[in-house]
Amino acid sequence: MNRRAFRKFKNGVFLTLSLIATLAGLACLAALLFTLISHGISGMSWRLFTDMTPPPGAQGGLLNAIYGSAAMTLLGILVGSPIGVLAGTYLAEYGRNSRLSVAIRFINDVLLSAPSIIIGLFIYEIVVVRMGHFSAIAGALSLAVLAIPVTLRTTEDMLNLVPIGMKDSSAALGAYPWRTTVSILYPAARSGIVTGLLLAIARISGETAPLLFTALNNQFWSTNLNAPMANLPVVIFQFALSPYKDWQNLAWAGALIITVTILILSVSARVVLAMLHAKGGAAK
Amino acid sequence: MAIIDSRHAAKQLIYEKVFRSATLTAAILVLLILGGVALSLLHGAFPALKQFGFAFVTREIWNPVTDQYGALSAIYGTVVTSLIAMAIAVPTGFGIALFLTELCPPLLKRPIGVAVELLAAVPSIIFGIWGLFVLAPVLQRHVQPWLIAHVGPIPGIGKLFMGPPYGIGILTAGFVLAIMVLPFIAATMRDVFDTVPPMLKESGYGLGATTWEVIWNVVVPHSRAGIVGGVMLGLGRALGETMAVTFVIGNAHRISTSLLAPGTTISSAIANEFTEAVGDLYTSSLIALGLLLFLITFAVIAAAQAMLRRLERRALSSI
Repeated sequence: MNRRAFRKFKNGVFLTLSLIATLAGLACLAALLFTLISHGISGMSWRLFTDMTPPPGAQGGLLNAIYGSAAMTLLGILVGSPIGVLAGTYLAEYGRNSRLSVAIRFINDVLLSAPSIIIGLFIYEIVVVRMGHFSAIAGALSLAVLAIPVTLRTTEDMLNLVPIGMKDSSAALGAYPWRTTVSILYPAARSGIVTGLLLAIARISGETAPLLFTALNNQFWSTNLNAPMANLPVVIFQFALSPYKDWQNLAWAGALIITVTILILSVSARVVLAMLHAKGGAAK
Repeated sequence: MAIIDSRHAAKQLIYEKVFRSATLTAAILVLLILGGVALSLLHGAFPALKQFGFAFVTREIWNPVTDQYGALSAIYGTVVTSLIAMAIAVPTGFGIALFLTELCPPLLKRPIGVAVELLAAVPSIIFGIWGLFVLAPVLQRHVQPWLIAHVGPIPGIGKLFMGPPYGIGILTAGFVLAIMVLPFIAATMRDVFDTVPPMLKESGYGLGATTWEVIWNVVVPHSRAGIVGGVMLGLGRALGETMAVTFVIGNAHRISTSLLAPGTTISSAIANEFTEAVGDLYTSSLIALGLLLFLITFAVIAAAQAMLRRLERRALSSI
């Protein structure tokens, strides 16, 4: 083989390998979705949404777990996202290049990829130990801590995308920075900030590890935030590892519900963002 | 008029101060959270660290009955599963990033990119249940017997593939982790490859280089810091990943030479045992494990961020 043919051959080999890698990655996603649907669909029924988690061997649903997950996710977002949005505003509008902002940006990126089980331990130490018992509040707080870095990051990025002319015009009219931020920047960056919220909800609604020792689990219907509360991820964890067939089927059904919810959230976040880009392109 | 104006201005000034301090408070809260995490873990781990001292890190024993705890088997499991994951995910992620930036027809670029990103959004517990019920049986029936029969007899490396095929164990956990960190590595590398100026690549092609030669000699050297940053970010994920590993690792506090044997990792030990831990020393030892994990992942993520940031600055200054 002459040198040119060898180079061509090498090129072909590596490009084929990269194609195989891509196909393997897509195959993983396909296999995952296929198993989820084939296992989960058989467990789909109205009972899932009307009945409580059953004792082993009995029929039942996931109502209390779905409610608990929704309640704690909502509470987590309500606590976490304002902090994230405000902190992101500080970084984009007030701090920008100050030393504090550089440090906060760095710490935020660390928190963004920190293992969630560590956050669970943190909330366990400062909330559960103090209160003396597991509770939905502790669960929601740990989710809030996980939601903060996501919203902070997107808020800062999106505020930075607002054309500087808009900010300057507002300032030229005599508006204080807070007025500019609230009346000009937030509306201009709205869809971007909403994307951040959706991503944060997607991130925390599937979290299991931090809930294991904060919200724990509850086999019964409970709306008491001061008591342990059922939630989908922990129920899936418990039921999937149990030897009972009924429980395993419920776990698969729960897994399907959670995955579909999160995929819908992530896709809509992307759609909102794509719309934002289309609008920005038109404005130019 | 003038009076109203000055009142209005004074009011605005107060709002400004309130808003500014609100944003500043929120920003400082982020710092406090990280500090709080470190302090609360130290506080919780203190009894165990006082009891065992530095030996906590070097002892393999983990016995709740005699109240003796050491972190070595968990550290070993964490490191080995992450290494297996990286060994699989880094080349594959590199291939995907390469495909997306250099080979993919423009029409497919977005859908495939989004599919890879969606894989990243799937919660880890889903990977866990999938790993346990789908991947582990496949490995047990087809892959592990082959490894035992064909790689097992080879001296040296064969030691890693001995014993019965359990299905679950270190190797399976590494596989599941690989699938989990793959999208992160692929997405970061793709973004980094996209920052290579087209001019450089075109110059390579102009000199008659093949696609692979351009990638290997132009794209890769130009984005080295970003590649390393992406790999470390993936490593940070793999080290701290909890639920997926907990399902398939087998939860055995011992170090086996065979990769097919069950083991444990720091995070899966905490997830499995924390709510059942009786006794202060047991709980404290688990929190000490958490502290170790925090320190390890903090170091890895911080290094990754530093590298990605350097790349960002360079990209900005080259414009």
